[in-house]
Amino acid sequence: MARPVQYNLTNKPLETPISYAASPDGFSGEGFFATKLSDVVGLARKNSIWPLPFATSCCGIEFMALMASHYDLARFGSERVSFSPRQCDLLMVIGTIAKKMGPVLKQVYLQMAEPRWVLAMGACASSGGIFDTYSVLQGIDQVIPVDVYVPGCPPRPEAILDGFMRVQDLVANESLRRRHSDRYKELMESYGIQ
Amino acid sequence: MALTNEIIREKLIEKFGEQLTNWAEPYGMLTFTSDKDLNLKVLQFLYDEPELQFRFMTDLCGTHFPEKKGQEIGVVYHLHNLVENIRIRYKVFADVNKPDVFSSSTLFEAANWMEREAYDFYGVNFVGHPNLKRILNVDEMDYFPLRKEYPLEDMKRTDKDDEMFGR
Repeated sequence: MARPVQYNLTNKPLETPISYAASPDGFSGEGFFATKLSDVVGLARKNSIWPLPFATSCCGIEFMALMASHYDLARFGSERVSFSPRQCDLLMVIGTIAKKMGPVLKQVYLQMAEPRWVLAMGACASSGGIFDTYSVLQGIDQVIPVDVYVPGCPPRPEAILDGFMRVQDLVANESLRRRHSDRYKELMESYGIQ
Repeated sequence: MALTNEIIREKLIEKFGEQLTNWAEPYGMLTFTSDKDLNLKVLQFLYDEPELQFRFMTDLCGTHFPEKKGQEIGVVYHLHNLVENIRIRYKVFADVNKPDVFSSSTLFEAANWMEREAYDFYGVNFVGHPNLKRILNVDEMDYFPLRKEYPLEDMKRTDKDDEMFGR
């Protein structure tokens, strides 16, 4: 005998109305809305981040869960996971990076077009983690600049989502001139990147 | 007639006599040691002898025993007779200050990469190897990481502090 279905039987009303994402500050009227160009660009960029997963170990399994239907990173405008660095905005470093992998990771970063962001996921990518040893890079920030660190060993998909939303905040609020500033050039030069 | 450890041992003693030492059979696997300059002669004999036919190198690895003065660095060969399905283990030892061992890569192609690995981690200098350079570690590394000559952990490290890692 079939098991009676116990859920979705009662029609539960919404407790609060569905909220829309806040629109940027500006003037609106009948049929028009005027705001700063940088806000529009930020809004467009933050909701269409193309991630490049650089998955090397067990954190990659959590990333797979993140991309699958339950957690669904696509809700944040990142349906298109690309494995071509030229087309990506966000480099997600997921897992242990051995010292021998360091130059490869840097090469991938160099191949990405500006503006580019980096998310270090998990203890290993952030700090070397438990691999306090001769063969493992003690944090990818020794090779490339990192925007957001997600701690955990491995982090749960919720934590990655939170980290991704922090990246979205950075993307939305970044000045359009930041990448041309002297400070940014100094940062790049400290990593030996032109 | 099936090949047994006793027959292998008799054959080797007949050829090399007292030069092979430390005979043992841990878990039934015939094990012996010789002077390091003899390694190619022994391997060649094991390879060529029609009754022995040890023509497959299963493994080659390095070891380091710092308390054995003058014999610190070891090289261990695992050989397999695929016809009789029998395995043996053969060890040679060298001084850590001059770890020169003749390369067996001309006899066994498999030894090429495994000798590079033993060089990479223990610094065994395989004389006659065609391409003796690091295989697994970064090329810039200037030490041999698996030698037992490093302290377990430097307590003064500042790049990882206890507050963050609960140590």
